[in-house]
Amino acid sequence: MKKYISDWKIKENTPLGKHYFLLKLVLEKSLPEILPGQFVHIKVDTENILLRRPISIHYIEKKNNELWLLIQIVGKGTFRLSKIKPNQYLNMIYPLGNSFSIPKNLNKEQKLFLIGGGVGIAPLLYLGSYLRERNFNPIFLLGAKTKNDLPQLSEFKKNGIVYITTENGTLGEKGRVTDHSLLFKINADFIYSCGPKSMMHTIAQYAKQYNIPCEVSLENYMVCGFGVCLCCIEKTIQGNICVCTKGPIFNINQLKWQI
Amino acid sequence: MANLNININKVKFKNPVLAASGTFGYGIEYSDFIDLSQIGGIFVKGITTYEKEGNDYPRAIETPFGMLNSVGLQNKGVDNFINKIYPKIKNINTNMMVNISGSTINDYIICAEKINELDKIPAIELNISCPNVNSGNIIFGSSYSNASKVVNAVRKVYHKLLIVKLSPNVTDITKIAKAVEMKGADAISLINTLMGMAIDIENQKPVLSTIIGGLSGPCIKPIALRMVYQAYRSVQIPIIGLGGISNSKDAIEFILAGATAIQIGSYNFIDPTISLKIVNGINEYLDKHNIKSVKELIGELIV
Repeated sequence: MKKYISDWKIKENTPLGKHYFLLKLVLEKSLPEILPGQFVHIKVDTENILLRRPISIHYIEKKNNELWLLIQIVGKGTFRLSKIKPNQYLNMIYPLGNSFSIPKNLNKEQKLFLIGGGVGIAPLLYLGSYLRERNFNPIFLLGAKTKNDLPQLSEFKKNGIVYITTENGTLGEKGRVTDHSLLFKINADFIYSCGPKSMMHTIAQYAKQYNIPCEVSLENYMVCGFGVCLCCIEKTIQGNICVCTKGPIFNINQLKWQI
Repeated sequence: MANLNININKVKFKNPVLAASGTFGYGIEYSDFIDLSQIGGIFVKGITTYEKEGNDYPRAIETPFGMLNSVGLQNKGVDNFINKIYPKIKNINTNMMVNISGSTINDYIICAEKINELDKIPAIELNISCPNVNSGNIIFGSSYSNASKVVNAVRKVYHKLLIVKLSPNVTDITKIAKAVEMKGADAISLINTLMGMAIDIENQKPVLSTIIGGLSGPCIKPIALRMVYQAYRSVQIPIIGLGGISNSKDAIEFILAGATAIQIGSYNFIDPTISLKIVNGINEYLDKHNIKSVKELIGELIV
């Protein structure tokens, strides 16, 4: 896919609780094709932050030419981004990486589980909407520490059935998303997962045990984002490969995880 | 429009802005962002005689105004380059040059002999200075006698433009510059990355899998500039300056200090269009100062 570098205008920056914010950006020309699971690479516009920040695409609102990013404040780059104001611009390289696989044959009965933990829920909204547009019925399993760490639930509910876990029990089942009772009641036909590595490990183990095809989204530390620096490598059955170009989405069978 | 052409030996460059090895892939990765024919030349990702898996993850971390990396020359080897990559890049309308590395002198010879046969590759850059590969405990670029031996050996089998990339991790850059000049290098490029490290205090471990890596980015520019300045006063052969260049002002500083050409390294990651911006910036500077050719600027620092 062709990659672009452009300035995007901030339409909205909405704080969502203490740790998250939602950026809605618009491009003043038509959007290229963007697939679920892909990411953008953002230049944080301040002198003392050198490297771009890779952020997964949360949602594409085609009719308004909008791209949404759901961002957790984890360091100085994301903190700086959280302060950006409407009508300011962000320079981004896009769309980067591969994408989640979409089932080839439509079968509305197919149980597609989209399992996200923490800010890992972000790319699952676009994936869910993309599946919904193609008449699939995505099932979201979303987990976080507390209810306040689960933003955008109403958007998820527009695109599928939503099951929730919180570690403190303030919403949904108490516990981790990997312990949700649904996982032990219904066999999924396909699992998509994004979240902390330990969570994705557990999901991968579960998928392997029940022989369910499973894709995970990795977030290895990136520098260039388009396959030239060779820093974000993951060990796979094809050797060391770049997460930014051959990923971030991997079938668990490609990975050399101990599962 | 000033004249931006330069020559290094018999090789003509349409401008002095080159892309540094390891930061530009094989060139084609940038073709979505820029017209590759508008830059002076490209040093492709370093290649070795045999395939290298490179170092373990993590391989990089941001540091103040810079970054550390320890990629470890991951590549599929010289034969893969010749058979799979060269056919795709040989018609790119700029100087496509190959950076080669080895663990032994024989490795360098094998690589250089093979690259010598490729019509559309006018130059090699001999990497005797990669800090991230443990070459049987020898970094050729840190010892004058080893640097001399490898350049001497490659010079015998390589008959085109031979550029030697120098390490800054030495006590006196001028001695090693003179040593490789004496053994037949046509030009030198400097500097490669500086050895550095970073520690994660939460788990009390080094950040990089290799503990030590190579520091690059704007933070190393003053050191690189100083070394180019010193080398210019020590050798007769052309110098290609690099180290932290992120805009045309930086590039012009290197040219004034004595660089015939410059390379853009890490900043390609941050702005994949930076090389063309620097070409334009140099042109504007020359016009503004009424200088007809960039050649008139080389080493013209007033001291």
